Amino acid sequence: MKKTLFALFMFSLTIIGFGQETTKTIRKIPAVSIQDINGHKINTAELSNNGKPIIISFWATWCKPCISELTTINEVYADWQKETGVKLIAVSIDDARSSAKVLPMVNAKAWDYEVLLDQNGDFKRALNVNAVPHTFLINGKGEIVWQHTSFIEGNELELIELVRKLEAGQPLE
Amino acid sequence: MIPFWSGAQELLPGGQVHGNFQVDAQYYKEDKAIGAEAVPEKVLSNAFANLIYTNGDFMAGLRYESYLDPMLGYDARYKGSGIPYWFANYKAEIFEVTVGNFYEQFGSGMILRSYEERNLGFDNAFSGIRVKVSPYKGVTFKGLIGKQRYFWDQGPGIVRGFDANIYLNELMPSLENSKTRIELGGSFVSKYEASEEIVERVPVYLFPDSSVSYMTIPPKNVGAYSSRFTISHGKLALSGEYAHKFNDAGYINHYIYKPGNALLLTGTYSQKGLGVILSTKWMDNMSYKSRRKENLNFLDINYLPALTKQHVYTLPAMYPYSTQPNGEMAIQAQVNYNIKKNTLLGGAYGTDVAVNFSTINSIVRNSVNDSTSVGEFGTSGYKTKFMAMGDERYFTDFNIEVLHKFNKRFKGNFSYVNLVYNEDVMKNYKGVPVVYAQVGLADLTLKVQKHNAVRLEMQHLWTNEDKQNWALVLLEYDVAGKWFFAASDQYNYGNKESSQQLHYYNFAAGYISKANRVQLSYGKQREGIVCVGGVCRAVPASNGFSISITSSF
Repeated sequence: MKKTLFALFMFSLTIIGFGQETTKTIRKIPAVSIQDINGHKINTAELSNNGKPIIISFWATWCKPCISELTTINEVYADWQKETGVKLIAVSIDDARSSAKVLPMVNAKAWDYEVLLDQNGDFKRALNVNAVPHTFLINGKGEIVWQHTSFIEGNELELIELVRKLEAGQPLE
Repeated sequence: MIPFWSGAQELLPGGQVHGNFQVDAQYYKEDKAIGAEAVPEKVLSNAFANLIYTNGDFMAGLRYESYLDPMLGYDARYKGSGIPYWFANYKAEIFEVTVGNFYEQFGSGMILRSYEERNLGFDNAFSGIRVKVSPYKGVTFKGLIGKQRYFWDQGPGIVRGFDANIYLNELMPSLENSKTRIELGGSFVSKYEASEEIVERVPVYLFPDSSVSYMTIPPKNVGAYSSRFTISHGKLALSGEYAHKFNDAGYINHYIYKPGNALLLTGTYSQKGLGVILSTKWMDNMSYKSRRKENLNFLDINYLPALTKQHVYTLPAMYPYSTQPNGEMAIQAQVNYNIKKNTLLGGAYGTDVAVNFSTINSIVRNSVNDSTSVGEFGTSGYKTKFMAMGDERYFTDFNIEVLHKFNKRFKGNFSYVNLVYNEDVMKNYKGVPVVYAQVGLADLTLKVQKHNAVRLEMQHLWTNEDKQNWALVLLEYDVAGKWFFAASDQYNYGNKESSQQLHYYNFAAGYISKANRVQLSYGKQREGIVCVGGVCRAVPASNGFSISITSSF
């Protein structure tokens, strides 16, 4: 019984996956209730940047490559903003153990990002993020157009290229 | 069913399916030198896949998991495959309803938190219903009833919880633009487990064949409440949470009827270039499970955070702290400072410095009267002093981390750690001496051409206890932001027994493309502990070849 169920399940997965490509559905940011760094309640479906692109980056204070990614982008963030108007939203998945450290760390490093706190992983789960760092690119219409897992040196160059293409209205692939 | 799904886009316009997938598999070789046992199945694997369907305000999903058989270090009761997690969620203007399996946290989690930590094998999801109501702006009420996940089934206890959260600045228009922000909250949780007799047999001194039995019947319903606040004004913020649990006799506290208490207080100051955090946690008898006889990391209703820094490098993480639910008094302080660029110490890009200190002791425990020993089965346990630090040191950690970029292509991360680790308490190894250890490390990255990079990590651990000194070297090469290759060796050169002076070498290679990642590795894994958030899992020694694939779509 379990095997039949699984087979049917995997078959439907394939059919749905195939269905997705042929109709090119638009993926928007799901609606999840989390907090911003000042304690306000945020509905993630309402995140916007006035028609400009958004980068959503999932990170944690204990995640080395995440800090590496956000520090590397921070060095060129002002240039990226001037050129494309992009906004980076850094979503921390730190739980009660380390969530209090987020604000002091962000301020000490002088990051200009909008920082959100996803303490129980609700937003992370809704976006099917497995491990951090995980980065999403959202276009001016609030549609998720690209995502990337992990961070190794050089990934930030690819990211800005994609943001430029988005801003210029070019296709991403 | 098939026409339904393939026509799903037309049948339910606006609906979409997204998900993720991960599989970790390892081939195990027996290796007596490091203590790696033979594995009869030879290959063990853990896999899961999540699917979420969204359509406007409606969301539904499930997770398929497969452990054929579970990897070493994961409980063998996970053996098998199936769908242990599914849910449906509807979100309207004022209310939100969830049925099925869900995760939830009240406040900091000290009274209720269900969450998943896949690489720990930790999942205490609720199975039941949850309702959230926001009748006014800034006010949210939550209510839930459910049982908790226990491998492929549920635990015996039923958990009921209610939480209220108020953002005063949103509720009261007069405070909307105030510089002072206030948040208040409170919860009440109760668990029900059917009555049972708990018997403890104590052997009689000098008469090994005889024993005396003590019996107690723990309460069926155990309630707990908590209240919390957060006040912030400009650069300062203060938050606190107090939790109280009524008498809850269970395996973890040796079936005593003492109530439990916990207080968590955190103060922060932050401005551009400087962040300071000071926190303290006093906790007494706060294990709260939905199965009183449970002795391992399962069926926890609440979450007790460890007030220590979570180390990410291998050697400093060798002695990780695990929260002691029966009682601890912890203090932590951290300063993050940025030395500005174009100064002597800052260099051209600035330098980040982080200093962190934490120390954790036992709590005070005195006997309730002359005829009852501390923690005696079936009694009210002991008396303690609120917010007082006991005599036994559990853990101390002092560490400094410096991040510095030397030029456009070269940056480094340097760290010093000084640890005191009470192995007797942490691992329950009776009579083992306290470990005093120091670690020094350097993590250097050099950009080679425009898209490639080389990373070198050097770590060293000094200690006279446990296995004595270790040295670690790791070399990693990243290509075009897509490929990575790494080789590392952890060498226990200082071990008192020369036969135990072993090399734990490891080779890894991987490929990343968008949200897909594949990693292959080969080598020896040291026996140790993986901890996330104060919850730990023992990892046995292993030798072999492993593969990890992860994908989000």
